[in-house]
Amino acid sequence: MSSPDSITGHGDISTGVAGGDSNASATRITPGNALRPEDIALEVRTGLSKPTGDVAEYALRLGDDALILAQRLGHWISRAPELEEDVALGNIALDQLGHARSFLSYAAGAWGKSEDDLAYFRREHEFRSAHLFEQPNGDFAVTIARQFLVSYYQYELYRRLTESTDSTLAAIAAKAVKEVDYHRDHSAQWILRLAGGTDESRRRMIHGLRLMWPYVNEIFDDDELVIRLAQSGIAVAPSSVRNDFDQLTGQILAEAQLEVPNVPAAPGGGRRGQHSEHLGYILAEMQVLAREHPGASW
Amino acid sequence: MATQNVQSVPAELSPEELESAAQLVAEAQADFDRVMAEDSRVEPRDWMPEAYRKTLLRQISQHAHSEIIGMQPEANWISRAPSLKRKAILMAKVQDEAGHGLYLYSAAETLGQTRDKMMADLIAGKARYSSIFNYPALTWADMGAIGWLVDGAAICNQVPLCRASYGPYGRAMVRVCKEESFHQRQGFEILLELSNGTPEQKAMAQDAVNRWYAPSLMMFGPPDDDSPNSKQSMAWNIKRFSNDELRSRFVGMMVEQVKVLGLTLPDDQIRFNEDAKKWEHGPLDWNEFQEVLAGRGPCNAQRLERRRQAHDDGAWVREAASAYAAKQKEQAA
Repeated sequence: MSSPDSITGHGDISTGVAGGDSNASATRITPGNALRPEDIALEVRTGLSKPTGDVAEYALRLGDDALILAQRLGHWISRAPELEEDVALGNIALDQLGHARSFLSYAAGAWGKSEDDLAYFRREHEFRSAHLFEQPNGDFAVTIARQFLVSYYQYELYRRLTESTDSTLAAIAAKAVKEVDYHRDHSAQWILRLAGGTDESRRRMIHGLRLMWPYVNEIFDDDELVIRLAQSGIAVAPSSVRNDFDQLTGQILAEAQLEVPNVPAAPGGGRRGQHSEHLGYILAEMQVLAREHPGASW
Repeated sequence: MATQNVQSVPAELSPEELESAAQLVAEAQADFDRVMAEDSRVEPRDWMPEAYRKTLLRQISQHAHSEIIGMQPEANWISRAPSLKRKAILMAKVQDEAGHGLYLYSAAETLGQTRDKMMADLIAGKARYSSIFNYPALTWADMGAIGWLVDGAAICNQVPLCRASYGPYGRAMVRVCKEESFHQRQGFEILLELSNGTPEQKAMAQDAVNRWYAPSLMMFGPPDDDSPNSKQSMAWNIKRFSNDELRSRFVGMMVEQVKVLGLTLPDDQIRFNEDAKKWEHGPLDWNEFQEVLAGRGPCNAQRLERRRQAHDDGAWVREAASAYAAKQKEQAA
């Protein structure tokens, strides 16, 4: 897997939440000590940290991206090309689910709700995931293409978010960025293997990238909310990570002798609740049992 | 063990050479017998009787296959887990099972069989896996019942295997058992939560326990008087307790735990036999067991097909990975 060296050049993330309020309890997480979604839920419940409506809306975007991706990746468990990949994709799904739970637990605090209220009892148009995260798994190359784009985007975003003036967001990002670094490595290795493996794997890898590339633009779109939050040092404006994303993904693609696909961008709209056709099915499956038993605990 | 590498005897040997080879084998056998008598361990490079190797290979590969096929009934509920915490725990559990499969295939490989061959046998329907996974996971409560009963029975079976005479198997089982006990606890927790939940949830829990109880008891294998291989496995220190002994111990544990759950076991004949000092249970439908074993269970075809599909769909990925590795090696040379 990735060496510690792969982190250098991207700023030191080992100290976690340098820019946050060191007295807020979410930042009392010492490096290597996992920040659990339950800790965030407890802080929110006891009033130790409560996000503003804006911050909650922002956390919802990050949480929904991770949740929908976890739901997608979870499907691979017991279906992967090798047992090692059942484990690896399962790990990535679990990491994403962990990040989702943290972001959603935090967002939920603004409205007196829980992570499960948000995951199971919102309707499709109330979700804020971007279309890239909603795309079907396809074959293994499609999944790797999606993961490659997501991991490099999330890494650059979370790396900067560790310096958020919102200490809870900073703490969540500090934990997430370390995990996403492994996701980057996993997907980059597979890009190289599939591009450089057989004619068929190369053909499929190119196809996978072409299928996913139309949804890249949306994840870098700024809107009023992120511009406002970025100005106060809370959020990372997605547009600000585009250059690094292009450069780093470009390096891997060049090494794999692949070209950046020349395909038209799709308009997106997930942040406004306008989703791909896929999301309705994802939610129908994810929410069915919880909705059969409203008010039940599990 | 001291004596090594005497398994293959060249074809053309003089009578003297044959005699000396026979003597080497006899010495190796004596060494092996001593290891058995001392209850110490056989390691991969040690000489071992062919029957011992075959028995172990069959048992370990079946165990590995069971982990892999056993992922399916639980993976069936990952996407629908009713809370994010439960989803995370279930994902981690099914992922652990893939990990167990990996250690066990590795242990089996030390006996001279490749993982590819074992996988091919599984997909071709030539290899067995635990019959329990041919039952369907119909409701969320099945995630509780599988954890509590199926993993519970697996732990009773597997804890003694940590002392199995074959080193790699015993060591793999130590790690597997640690994780299994976590799995059982999460199953128990799911059922406890359901049992204390709404009447619908409680009914769901009881229904799942009712369906999984008898199949989990049958996981210990046929009754002792109908288990022809058990005696030899016990002589080889692979198996430590008989099927019926383990089953009785399991029933004793469950009968206490089910009270805490506020549920019942679907068996009104459970009692502690004071004379024999063991737990007894009602009759089990061994006919059904044989039927499922013979491939006529509710999910036999579905489970194998899913494994075959994953394997076939992944073929191009595995080919690409090998081709890439070969190219890298070539470039480095």
